[in-house]
Amino acid sequence: MSVQTEKQTTDNPKIIGKLLLVVVAMFGFGFALVPLYDVFCDITGLNGKTGDKVHFETAPIVDESRLVKITFLASLNESMPWEFKPQQNFIEVHPGKPTTINYIARNMSSKSIVGNAVPSVSPGLAAAYFQKTECFCFTRQELKAGEEKIMPVTFIVDSELSDDINEIALSYTFFISKQNNEDLADNTLTAKSINTFK
Amino acid sequence: MNAVVEEHHDHDHKPTGIGRWLFSTNHKDIGSMYLWFAFTMFFIGGALALLIRAELFQPGMQIVEPEFFNQLTTLHGLIMVFGVIMPAFVGLANWQLPMMIGAPDMALPRMNNWSFWLLPAAFGLLLASLVMSIMGLGSAPNFGWTFYAPLSTTYGPDSTDYFIFSVHLMGISSVMGAINVIATIMNLRAPGMTYMKMPIFVWTWFITAYLLIAVMPVLAGVVTMMLTDRNFGTSFFDAAGGGDPVMFQHVFWFFGHPEVYIMILPAFGIVSSIVPTFSRKPLFGYSSMVYATASIAFLSFIVWAHHMFTVGMPVAGELFFMYSTMLIAIPTGVKVFNWISTMWRGALTFETPMLFAIAFIFLFTMGGFTGLMLCIAPADFQYHDTYFVVAHFHYVLVTGAAFSIMAAVYFWLPKWTGNMYDEKLGKLHFWLTCISANVLFFPMHFVGLAGMPRRIPDYALQFAEFNQIASVGAFVFGFSQLIFLYVVIKCVRGGEKATDKVWEGAHGLEFDLPSPAPFHSYTTPPVVK
Repeated sequence: MSVQTEKQTTDNPKIIGKLLLVVVAMFGFGFALVPLYDVFCDITGLNGKTGDKVHFETAPIVDESRLVKITFLASLNESMPWEFKPQQNFIEVHPGKPTTINYIARNMSSKSIVGNAVPSVSPGLAAAYFQKTECFCFTRQELKAGEEKIMPVTFIVDSELSDDINEIALSYTFFISKQNNEDLADNTLTAKSINTFK
Repeated sequence: MNAVVEEHHDHDHKPTGIGRWLFSTNHKDIGSMYLWFAFTMFFIGGALALLIRAELFQPGMQIVEPEFFNQLTTLHGLIMVFGVIMPAFVGLANWQLPMMIGAPDMALPRMNNWSFWLLPAAFGLLLASLVMSIMGLGSAPNFGWTFYAPLSTTYGPDSTDYFIFSVHLMGISSVMGAINVIATIMNLRAPGMTYMKMPIFVWTWFITAYLLIAVMPVLAGVVTMMLTDRNFGTSFFDAAGGGDPVMFQHVFWFFGHPEVYIMILPAFGIVSSIVPTFSRKPLFGYSSMVYATASIAFLSFIVWAHHMFTVGMPVAGELFFMYSTMLIAIPTGVKVFNWISTMWRGALTFETPMLFAIAFIFLFTMGGFTGLMLCIAPADFQYHDTYFVVAHFHYVLVTGAAFSIMAAVYFWLPKWTGNMYDEKLGKLHFWLTCISANVLFFPMHFVGLAGMPRRIPDYALQFAEFNQIASVGAFVFGFSQLIFLYVVIKCVRGGEKATDKVWEGAHGLEFDLPSPAPFHSYTTPPVVK
């Protein structure tokens, strides 16, 4: 027993320490998966997540030889009392050519509501080639009771888009913003929340 | 100190009364508490399952409201996974590991006490939500044991927070148990017992403990994210705030897949102890067993998305997870063939533990094959969320993990109590259990392939016959377990005395100790050659 007792007193704290470190690290890893997941989706363009606002240094090359059909979809999450639809259901564009289309949103309720639009592109692999230079999804949208608003999107389909893809669906879902009840004038908060909703 | 201890070797200073259990630092007492806890939960979870099967006996709504049905499936799953299989394995580890490696006790006895006593608290919280639901005070968790967001965040009932803290407690308990197992195995092995001389049950638990340490914190993380999403305005899983509900599934299954191996690796260890004993041959391919176990554990970390083929993954992702999942069949096949080779030309006898072990090999392999079917991504789109999946995981968890636990209890009970169990009743229990389990789960394959969805209280008329057969099997299975309870109690209270070796073909340090095993196992370490 003496042999074991000696070993125990010297080795146990070391092992426990190391294992606890692993436990803490893995707890952190669970949380690290959140940004890692976004980075992974960003790089691979999986999941249909579209990128941030794009600025072009020089005018992009327009590929007149091909046409890509862009279909526009709109949906509202849960029981959001808005009306929300695109002005046209689809458009055919040449890759590289900036195009602007409009969505229309109307607040059907009797109070002011702030919403966030989350875009998604399908097929997912096309997401990386679908670049928005202007979009109502970059900022929170506030509609007063009964207010109607035209919401423009300007986008460019990258001419590098694979030849296999001739049709892209752009879908927006409006969510009631979590910050609805908070002070809208608080600019730091607004900036922060917009940042989250890119 | 040596002299004193050796003189009083069999003089067990057992504390008496309730204090013996509340403050216990003894691996055997704590092991027994774990096993009785698991047994109790087995009957509670089983009762919920019987309610489910009663409702599904015929189409239409009979006994329970659909909302309550969802709570039944959720709690049945949670209780069986976290309250039965895992504590039962920890109980077996507590009892067996110190005896098998020649140690006096677990390395961290006080932490051992704490790990156990967190469990009643955790399940008290979880079951409180069910009691409140029955009393009409709001719903118990109703989103399935996988608690996918946003079902469990945006739409979760108030009791979800009970569930979250309950999972936190279970996680802490498991992690402490795992640390204890690793410290015991690394520090308290008898002189001469090198790693490659450890009994295979010790090996499988060693690897399982590492899996627990790696993934239980991730589970704790995911429920913490749920907690802040629900109560503190974060948006980890809420698309409105920039989060992603699909990410929940990724993080959950990153925990969830290793978790299913946590529930089967110790079972491999048990079967690898029993089959050689009753074949009267050493285990075939010991080192390949060790490497196969380690390979399975490693692969378990890179296959998680096969649970979510239908969320809309790119083809490359589906292929990766499909092929990596198929790879698992190789080390698992190694194990199955090793068990068969161990039996080959052995002098076999079929006592109850051996019967359960053989049933395990056969039925677990069947569960493995349906797993292979499910891992084929294009085919999975048909199987996903149907009863075929239910059949698959009940074959690996009931006729796999649970059968191995029953086998282990019959195998080591004479060593624990000093009395032989009633072999006749044991065999009766085995045959009833084995046949009824198949009557219960086999028809689920057919209704699943035909398209019956899981977690639904009602179903289309054409599934009625198979569901009736399954329900009959369920009730026979459930009530057969009362025989098991009776056999265990009868054995604890008395019976034919067991020899020290218990079984003719038994090997291992635990069978060098007297029966019943003394309160403190090896106060002087044996020398292993």
